[in-house]
Amino acid sequence: MTKHPARAWDQATARTIIDSHRAEPGALLPIFHALQDTFGYVDREALPLIAEALNISRAEVHGVMSFYHDFREEPAGRTVIKICRAEACQAVGCQGLVDHVEARHGIALGETTADGAVTVEEVFCLGNCALGPSAMVDGKPLGRMTREKLDHLIAAARTGRQ
Amino acid sequence: MTLRIYVPADASALSVGADLVADAIAAELAARRIEAQVIRTGSRGLFWLEPMVEVATLTGRIAYGPVDVADVPQLIPALLEGAPHKLKLGNPDAIPYLARQERLTFGRVGVIDPVSVDDYRAHGGFKGLEKALAMKPAEIVEEVVASGLRGRGGAGFPTGIKWRTVLGAQADQKYIVCNADEGDSGTFADRMLMEGDPMILIEGMTIAGLAVGATQGYIYIRSEYPHAFRTFGRAVEACRKAGLLGTRIAGSDRDFDITVRLGAGAYVCGEETSLLESLEGKRGLVRFKPPLPALKGLFGKPTVINNVLSLAAVPTILADGAKTYADFGMGRSRGTLPFQLAGNIKYGGLVEKAFGLTLGEAVHDFGGGTLSGRPLRAVQVGGPLGAYFPADYLDTPLDYEAFAQRRGMLGHGGIVVFDDTVDMAEQARFAFEFCAKESCGKCTPCRIGSTRGRETMERVIRGEHIADNLTLIEDLCRTMTDASLCALGGLTPYPVTSAIEHFPEDFDRPRAHRAAAE
Ligand SMILES: Cc1cc2nc3c(=O)[nH]c(=O)nc-3n(C[C@H](O)[C@H](O)[C@H](O)COP(=O)(O)O)c2cc1C
Ligand code: SF4
Ligand code: FES
Repeated sequence: MTKHPARAWDQATARTIIDSHRAEPGALLPIFHALQDTFGYVDREALPLIAEALNISRAEVHGVMSFYHDFREEPAGRTVIKICRAEACQAVGCQGLVDHVEARHGIALGETTADGAVTVEEVFCLGNCALGPSAMVDGKPLGRMTREKLDHLIAAARTGRQ
Repeated sequence: MTLRIYVPADASALSVGADLVADAIAAELAARRIEAQVIRTGSRGLFWLEPMVEVATLTGRIAYGPVDVADVPQLIPALLEGAPHKLKLGNPDAIPYLARQERLTFGRVGVIDPVSVDDYRAHGGFKGLEKALAMKPAEIVEEVVASGLRGRGGAGFPTGIKWRTVLGAQADQKYIVCNADEGDSGTFADRMLMEGDPMILIEGMTIAGLAVGATQGYIYIRSEYPHAFRTFGRAVEACRKAGLLGTRIAGSDRDFDITVRLGAGAYVCGEETSLLESLEGKRGLVRFKPPLPALKGLFGKPTVINNVLSLAAVPTILADGAKTYADFGMGRSRGTLPFQLAGNIKYGGLVEKAFGLTLGEAVHDFGGGTLSGRPLRAVQVGGPLGAYFPADYLDTPLDYEAFAQRRGMLGHGGIVVFDDTVDMAEQARFAFEFCAKESCGKCTPCRIGSTRGRETMERVIRGEHIADNLTLIEDLCRTMTDASLCALGGLTPYPVTSAIEHFPEDFDRPRAHRAAAE
């Protein structure tokens, strides 16, 4: 789940998080989620800590992390806008929204603005397919998305208003 | 009686402002010093009416919608005194869209407080569990077999038969895994149920545990559903507190508990073996079968893995009897299917109805046709791996076999409508793109074939050697169908070849020509 990173990376906190999950069967995904919830991304320095705690290789930890679309190696922008690009949203023009964001704001999918304010990503279905085009902004679902609403969201994120 | 006002907290309702409306109502009530309870529910699934607000009266509930924040000051007197209001819809159960449904699984969704054990029980909850607690495991399994319930996650495999295998397996530990990955575009029934009536699923998982001798359940919820994840987690907590999960459930001598897990954005993790790998903390690579998960599943132990809707059908089957359930439906598709109307559709939402309604009845009678008002051109049923049907296939009944006969699939019951502005060559291209992005990478036809397919389709769209390239696509599709390990690679040819078959005109015109003509 995307949130504003609550705090800057620090190893001690990371260790505490990892320790609190290490005994769970199949703990790896819960650990990545917990780290990302706290720091906004999974710092490279966390990988050896996880490997040690779960007694697996660093390569394996990295392999698992890179398999999943959710986990970030770098912090995202302060606001993350996910635009649904799956079929039901295509049927009501989501591609036009994606093109608009790129043409008007210069943000292509997967990119973050230079000021670090906004990251725009694609997502495949938010389960809001009856009210598309759909988007999710910092974990908040938004239906019947329009270019104007996106302009507004991006402007608000860049000026720090919400 | 304190005034009770119901406002949905379903993610779709939130996406059109339900939280703002709930806050405005609370503020308005406080300003007027009116004592009232604002209860957050799931959604009834009439999404064009969301946010839909209801008030309890002596003669039943009265609904209003879609409510905008600006409507709230005028709405309060209407709610209090039953005064006329432009948004008044009357008794929600009498709205034709709802009145014509057969809600066995979704009966409580939008009605109750999803995390209240008392509310759930007051609306008939836990009756199935009580019956199951008095039965032998094999009896429970046979009841589910007799109901004719088939897996709602896509493949339609009989649920009771799967349970029988797990019951028969010898092991020190068995698991119930609920597949709540719901990755298909156009589907949201699992999400709505987890947000609107999570306890029916908890009850279903518990009964499954009693049936096969499993004491531990896992639910894997996709990360795109943060609200479902939170609501389900709260419902599990509430059930634990009430002694309905954990040790000696409901005062019996049986144990069952549920761990809630979050996925991490990989479509393939909806495939059952990939999901198990993911739960084990690995990359979501699809496993070779056999062994079946029923014999060697999670952590190598016998495992029941079922979709949300399959498990949620079980409490009703136990409570009302297998026969009552089986009396709904047609042919070998028994019971009800919660299908989902999405895409370019006027009245998008959830419709639970016995199998057998035709696609056209769903799209037109319930859905009201396209949202744009333009002619309907294509309907994709069954998610991104489902076939595109043309308008003259609208007579197809919603039934597993009827769809298979027309080289389509019902899947999880998602119906996505497109109007005549759709470019079917682009849809076919996207099907390959999606497969390439979501492939687990284990087999070549899927991993490489999807990328080649996308490139080739791009050439077709540009008008390059169309006939040759379409022959190439046909070849590629055959290889993917025959040589893929799972349905991601194996079914991607469905949307592609159905688009080519039913909409050939979109594939044989050079794009520039088409653009000029428009
Ligand atoms: C690529 C792929 C994705 C799938 N996604 C889901 C899903 O999101 N939810 C689901 O229940 N089943 C999904 N399935 C089907 C599952 O593999 C499996 O058949 C199902 O969970 C069994 O439960 P059921 O018998 O109750 O349907 C998917 C299958 C494939 C091949
Ligand atoms: S078909 Fe694709 S997703 Fe399925 S196992 Fe093969 S590579 Fe993985
Ligand atoms: S397809 Fe966009 S929300 Fe489902």
